[in-house]
Amino acid sequence: MKLINKVLTGVALTAMTATAAQASTLEDVRAADELKCIVTTGLAGFAAPDANGRWEGFDADFCRAVAAAVLGDGDKVQFVPTTGKTRFTMLNSGEGDILFRNTTETLSRDADLKLSFLPVNFYDGQGFMVPASLGVSSATELDGASVCIQTGTTTELNLADYFRTNGISYEPVPIETNEEGFTNYVAGRCDVYTTDASGLASTRAKFDDPTQHVVLPEIISKEPLGGAVRHGDDEWFDIGKWVVNALINAEEMGVTQANAMNLAANVGNNPSINRLVGSEGNMGEMLGLDAKWAARAIAQGGNYGEIYERNVGPNTPLQIERGLNALWNKGGVLYAAPIR
Amino acid sequence: MTEQTYAPGTYPDLPPPSDTVGPVHWLKANLFSSPVNSIVTLVAIYLLYLALPSAFNWLLIDATYVGETRKDCAPGGACMAFIGERFNLFVYGFYPAELRWRVNLAAILLVVAGAAVLWDKMPARKHIMKFAMIYPLIGAWLLSGGLFGLEYVGTHLFGGLMLTLTIGVTGIVFSLPLGILLALGRQSKLPIIKYFCIGFIEFIRGVPLITLLFVASTMLSYFLPPGTTFDLLLRVLIMVTLFASAYMAEVIRGGLQALPKGQLEAANSLGLNYSQAMRLIILPQALKISIPGIVNTFIGLYKDSTLVIVIGLLDPLGIGRASVADSAWLGLSTEVYLFVAVFFFISCFGMARYSLYLENKLNTGHKR
Repeated sequence: MKLINKVLTGVALTAMTATAAQASTLEDVRAADELKCIVTTGLAGFAAPDANGRWEGFDADFCRAVAAAVLGDGDKVQFVPTTGKTRFTMLNSGEGDILFRNTTETLSRDADLKLSFLPVNFYDGQGFMVPASLGVSSATELDGASVCIQTGTTTELNLADYFRTNGISYEPVPIETNEEGFTNYVAGRCDVYTTDASGLASTRAKFDDPTQHVVLPEIISKEPLGGAVRHGDDEWFDIGKWVVNALINAEEMGVTQANAMNLAANVGNNPSINRLVGSEGNMGEMLGLDAKWAARAIAQGGNYGEIYERNVGPNTPLQIERGLNALWNKGGVLYAAPIR
Repeated sequence: MTEQTYAPGTYPDLPPPSDTVGPVHWLKANLFSSPVNSIVTLVAIYLLYLALPSAFNWLLIDATYVGETRKDCAPGGACMAFIGERFNLFVYGFYPAELRWRVNLAAILLVVAGAAVLWDKMPARKHIMKFAMIYPLIGAWLLSGGLFGLEYVGTHLFGGLMLTLTIGVTGIVFSLPLGILLALGRQSKLPIIKYFCIGFIEFIRGVPLITLLFVASTMLSYFLPPGTTFDLLLRVLIMVTLFASAYMAEVIRGGLQALPKGQLEAANSLGLNYSQAMRLIILPQALKISIPGIVNTFIGLYKDSTLVIVIGLLDPLGIGRASVADSAWLGLSTEVYLFVAVFFFISCFGMARYSLYLENKLNTGHKR
């Protein structure tokens, strides 16, 4: 199966060069009047359908922000749910226009799979969770443990690296989705569950008694999660990139879901805000959009901070602290390029 | 003592001996017929005693059936409120709420058309059969619209039960005739037809369905002229139908080979031409023999529809997987998977029972 997928991906990639010469993604999206956004098939806090079939979550909100900027309406999104293995093929074959699928930016994905990564919107890192009853306090004590690991992800590779570096052995239990990992872990088919710390937080929140499970202190990898687009369409890449930057800048400048459209309607005395919301300058025009693109994106689901708090923040069941994902002037590493 | 006499043929059935009837005998014959069977029975009863009460408590006594989030659910019991809240999602997928009447209507018409096809005592069957013939078109029109005033609904919004039924029914309806043609083609004396059919069947059977679906979803856009968009669900339906028809062809070929050669020779000697011989003599017998295999293929096809998750369509299982990721309802995978399992069991068991009914109805005494 794996081999077949690899071959298919390979063929898709070679064929891709042929399709790259087609009409620009922006034109395609406008012609379809719908943004096809690749998301996960369901990851708590990042993308999952609610009872009415509306996709909610951190990634889903970024999709809507891009749609609001490009098409003027954040609801003109067609969500394309994908598994870890199919996500890039779907993007490269044109079944999606943009990808927000808690995806780690890596060199090989950028260069080999021919993706262009948008600015990082979530800094994550891989951790381990074990039952408290196991009495383990450090990942280095996990010699011989069986580990539930999602195939086709960077976590799989990190795990192999980490255990090799530390000279300890493990037995992998391959799984396909986060949910499957949880089920296997609960059923005791693996001693350890490893995935990104955000995923561990959401998994831990599922237990009736979360205190019976501990997240080990080791964070063994850097997992900068970000959106991505296909290689070969720089204008479309710029749009994605600056929508993400606009949302982060909006938090820094105090532009919120509530006040974005008001700020856009009047020229204020802060030129940075004016440029962001389009009451001054021609930033939108340079991107091939209109002046209010960023204002609409912010008004859709709020600035970065609002999106974070609503979906994954401390007041949600996931309870993920801002940590690295705070703004650069508040102890985090979010540092978006200025809009000027 | 008077000897009772009866006219020939009117002798009444005597009651069976008293030690061969009644619950005690049934227990003896079925559960405790030998020491080994007795032990197995006792072990089984003990296991049921262990499992059933707790399962019963979990599902019914301690379960919560109304609630807004997981916090409303009592610990230790099933949280069925979750399924209740998402029931519409499981049934209609992402189909727009205000247009769901179209799905309902299509389902009702499907029942009517299906009853006429499957049940030969249906009143006014002849007329309804004509309707059943054009039902696939009507169903497609109702579900996706876009013609004669119905609003267009993109097939990416299809999901849940209706998606499974759409794929299952389409696959079943089209794969059977296609399979028959392929099976006959494989036995044809015309080399081009024969080798085309063999090549097709062997190719499709040699490739996993998931690969075909993958090709349908991602590769087809490279082979088609640029700019053409080809509906994703339609591609899936074509692939699923082709896949099932290859298997169907082999099942039917088995039925054809089970017929003695004399049947065809007798038909020929009566002066029937090829199509008459097939229609009147060969296929009715061959298909009857193949019923278990045909239904087997149908059930397989129906369950394979869960694979559409790899191309971004969410069937009940996909909806279930996505649902357990709702942050308000974390950690309820057992309930969801149970619900999906029950749904698939009911559908597949229903098909199996129908196959049995059909076999009995068509039984002409050749059965062993």
